[in-house]
Amino acid sequence: MDPVLIIILAVVVVLVVVVIGIYNGLIQKRLRIDEAFAQIEVQLKRRHDLIPNLVNAVKGYMGFEQKVLTDVTNARANAVAAGAQGPAQQAAAENMLTSSLRSLFAVVENYPELKANQNVLELQEQLTTTENQISFSRQHYNATVLDYNTNIATFPSVLIAGVFGFTKREFFDAEPEAANVPTVDLSLG
Amino acid sequence: MATGSFHGQISANKRNSFLMAALVVAVLGVLGFAIGFAVVGDPAGGIGALILAIGFGSISGLASYFGGDKLVLTVSGAKPVDEASAPQLLNVVREMATAANVPMPAVYLIDDSAPNAFATGRDPQHASIAVTTGLLEKLDREELQGVIGHELSHVRNFDIRFALIVGVMVGAIAILADFFLRFTFWGGGRRSNSREGGGGAQAIVFVIAIVLAIVAPLVSRFIQLAVNRQREYLADASSVELTRNPYGLERALAKISGDPEVLEVANRGTQHMYFTNPIKKFEARASGLMSTHPPIVDRINRLRQLTGEGPIQAGELAGPD
Repeated sequence: MDPVLIIILAVVVVLVVVVIGIYNGLIQKRLRIDEAFAQIEVQLKRRHDLIPNLVNAVKGYMGFEQKVLTDVTNARANAVAAGAQGPAQQAAAENMLTSSLRSLFAVVENYPELKANQNVLELQEQLTTTENQISFSRQHYNATVLDYNTNIATFPSVLIAGVFGFTKREFFDAEPEAANVPTVDLSLG
Repeated sequence: MATGSFHGQISANKRNSFLMAALVVAVLGVLGFAIGFAVVGDPAGGIGALILAIGFGSISGLASYFGGDKLVLTVSGAKPVDEASAPQLLNVVREMATAANVPMPAVYLIDDSAPNAFATGRDPQHASIAVTTGLLEKLDREELQGVIGHELSHVRNFDIRFALIVGVMVGAIAILADFFLRFTFWGGGRRSNSREGGGGAQAIVFVIAIVLAIVAPLVSRFIQLAVNRQREYLADASSVELTRNPYGLERALAKISGDPEVLEVANRGTQHMYFTNPIKKFEARASGLMSTHPPIVDRINRLRQLTGEGPIQAGELAGPD
């Protein structure tokens, strides 16, 4: 065989192997994002399921602050609806829900009977842990998205990403106001 | 503070663990060689004893690698917990496992009113965390999060593996040295002295072996403790990285330091694994070479550096110290 042909063949083989490697790497990163997002969604779903129970448990006690409860119920409905609108929209709706829940917990502090109610305490603990899980899974999700987005925007994988239609993913954005909100002490100790 | 620096620290940690373990094995080998040489009277005996010592060390190291966590948990009287008995504890551990990106460890409870905790196991896939009932009673949720974050950092940073293997190796060195010293004082020495052709060379080797038998256990213990103290600082910093809340951990340290109770199930063999040194009298002269943990006031001050607050003095901590 012609040595030139052999060299050309070798180069083609090497190129194909490299392209396959990069392609598989991108697929894997994209799967990791989906996996991380699934983790967040499990927790969001859990929170949505817990909230009606909490609202029912505290409804009877609260005289003046019915508005706080309707806020929570509305925010929950919005968050459930936003589930189909992509991570950024969903994150915004969930942040509304988080802050309405915080106001509710702050109000609960004013009712000694509620603070002593075992059922309410348990729900409060469940919601606290779910919220913490959401924020930790969100960090993980955003880190995987950042990794993937950087990858498809840099050489050489940018070439392959363009050809095979890998597109940027949205972040599940952290609460912009989180730094300013005075934290409500949710400790049960 | 970039997470990258923490990844760097984890791999540096693994590298250091390997080096330290190698150093301890080397000390074990040298001690074995000297003892063998001294007792048998020629280098061949030294080689034989070296192989024996390393073999003994490796087998006990391996045994602790696979079974040491169970042993430590049993000795400490730790009982597994389920969702019904300690829901908040399990929730907090689950949260911190998510944050540290490690699998959920097995969770145990020790029935003791002194607040403390430890982690053990060979890697994050085979890890256990034990806390005392006193810890759950005395700390609030944020403080508990700080302590669990600290323990899960030991898991993530592979400190638990180091503690298991090196702990046993250091024990093996102590046993070997002890054995030889007793042997020398109870007749072994006399027998070799009465032998004719032994000569001056063997006497010199004998003296070297005795010196090594006295020094090696101390040196290996110093190495182990120096590493342990460093890991405590790193685990505190990693905990804050996970919880994003230095105040919880700081309050937990202050509370535990002010608590007068003594953890009855802890002993000299397990004290280095705990969140704070469970043997309080020791903590009082804490900055010494032989302490398992850095002084609590130093740990608190390193956390206060993160939040930009000024250091506190040891006297400001309420407590038995």
